[in-house]
Amino acid sequence: MVEPLSVVVVEPDPDRARLIVDALRDATDYRIHVVAERASLARQIVQVKPDLVLVDVADPSRDIIEELTLASGPLDRPVALFVDRSDTGLSTAAIEAGLSAYVVDGLTPSRVKPVLDAAIARFRLMQRMRAELAETKRALEDRKVIDRAKGLLMRARGITEDEAYALLRKTAMDQGRRVADVAAALVTAAGLLG
Amino acid sequence: MRATPLDIGFVPLVDAAPLIVAQEMGFAAEEGIALALHRAPSWASARDALSFGQVSAAHMLAPVPVAIALGLGGGGTAIDAVSVLSVNGTTVGVSTDLALRLRDAGHPFDFADATAAGGALIAATRGPLRIGVPFPFSMHAELVFYWLSALGHPSPQSLIVRTVPPSLMADAIRAGEIDAFCVGEPWGSKVVESGMGQLLLPGAAIWAFAPEKVLAVRRDWAEDQPDLSGRLIRAVWRAGRWLDEEGGRSLAADLLARPQYLDVAPDLIERAMSGQLTIATSGDARNVHRFIGFHDGAVSLPWRSQAAWIGGQIAARTGLDRDRAMRDAAGVFRSDLHRAALASTGGDLPAASMRIEGALDRDTQVPSERGGALKLCRNAFFDGSRFDPGFA
Repeated sequence: MVEPLSVVVVEPDPDRARLIVDALRDATDYRIHVVAERASLARQIVQVKPDLVLVDVADPSRDIIEELTLASGPLDRPVALFVDRSDTGLSTAAIEAGLSAYVVDGLTPSRVKPVLDAAIARFRLMQRMRAELAETKRALEDRKVIDRAKGLLMRARGITEDEAYALLRKTAMDQGRRVADVAAALVTAAGLLG
Repeated sequence: MRATPLDIGFVPLVDAAPLIVAQEMGFAAEEGIALALHRAPSWASARDALSFGQVSAAHMLAPVPVAIALGLGGGGTAIDAVSVLSVNGTTVGVSTDLALRLRDAGHPFDFADATAAGGALIAATRGPLRIGVPFPFSMHAELVFYWLSALGHPSPQSLIVRTVPPSLMADAIRAGEIDAFCVGEPWGSKVVESGMGQLLLPGAAIWAFAPEKVLAVRRDWAEDQPDLSGRLIRAVWRAGRWLDEEGGRSLAADLLARPQYLDVAPDLIERAMSGQLTIATSGDARNVHRFIGFHDGAVSLPWRSQAAWIGGQIAARTGLDRDRAMRDAAGVFRSDLHRAALASTGGDLPAASMRIEGALDRDTQVPSERGGALKLCRNAFFDGSRFDPGFA
């Protein structure tokens, strides 16, 4: 009987952490530890003695884990940035999905691959969700600032809403800028002029 | 003609300025390239994006390409430094608690004398001294180790150098994880603003001309794309020259402050750019000559002796063969590629690519590549020591 792999997931956001843990549980049986507190990250990881550490590429605390890969005391287990030497392109896939994986030396690829496959699929999904959320937020912000700019133009020039929008759009096209950027500039300028 | 797009990684710091300025002020466009700047959340991710080909070049800690050449960290792709982007620009600071103990003991916080500051720090420390630096292979780590060991601090038992990401430095002090730190701007000033610490020294007080960040590329990319890498080197070199000219820096502070770059208040960036640092929440200010350098004194030239110094220091600490490490290190600072790229610009460089580091205790004129003379800046170590790599 082989010991189940011990996996540390570094993720401060509880919802995201749950998504990752669920994805890994579906894959097979692991001992999973979630580390949410960044301040004592190094100490917590060393205590767990994981076989695998998974961390979001976007997390600045990744550099703390990088330090652990260099620890070389007699009791330390070498951990390396997972670099796939076979042709499966697993490393590149992980990086593109926004996942950094650190793997203890000496683990066979066949043991690591199912975990990484599951983690990569989940990170891809989360990355897409994050991009969509950012896009939605931006569209909402854009609409708000364009509405304010239209209001300013309607009052200042006594024109209709449609005319105000047409004017913004024409200016944006003439200057090769986004309508929202022209609107934002107008709102800022109006604020300054009082 | 449409500009050739180049993906470039950077970490949000004041010393990313040459890359941001190259794009924003049109120096890249002059060379027919457009820099798509990708902000990296950590040094490891910037390095990996470069190694795995997601970006063509990156803003990088000078010791990182050296460490890779020594087989320490990274995925094994050879990375070369083709330009030095900046010298100095870092600060050493202490927690508010430790600052109060230093002031009680009579330390004047002159922000200049590294011998006095280091002595006071060692004397005021109870138990092991824990210092946060941004990355295991960084000029910050090298300066801290060099400084405290030269002063006789009995490392490594009682000197603990920990990796703490710049943006989390104040949190690490709050959590009681570190007593002191060495970090690039604006993050030292951020710690001051957060009230968690005070600034003790500029990095330049330890080594007056420390290569801080480099323009890093994959060796195979530089070899396959000599034209493109040459254009990038020239664009960034012109940006550095612009930054060291009158008036360039305060405009740069506004550019860098933008949300897609550093996303902090321009006045915080202005401190490093002007060398006018606020060292404590009381508003106590210190003026530092050449706090950060981008051009003057041939900043951009990757001196092979600078890399050899870094390689020798890392080797001594990690138990590698020191001689071999210095030679391997010197090989990744590509003064040859840098010179070739600048040949067409009219910019002059020193005739040599190797020198005795620490030998200049004042600014000095030296023979230049084109048979003239060129000013090199003071590059002394605080303890007056000199480093001769001992090979050409």
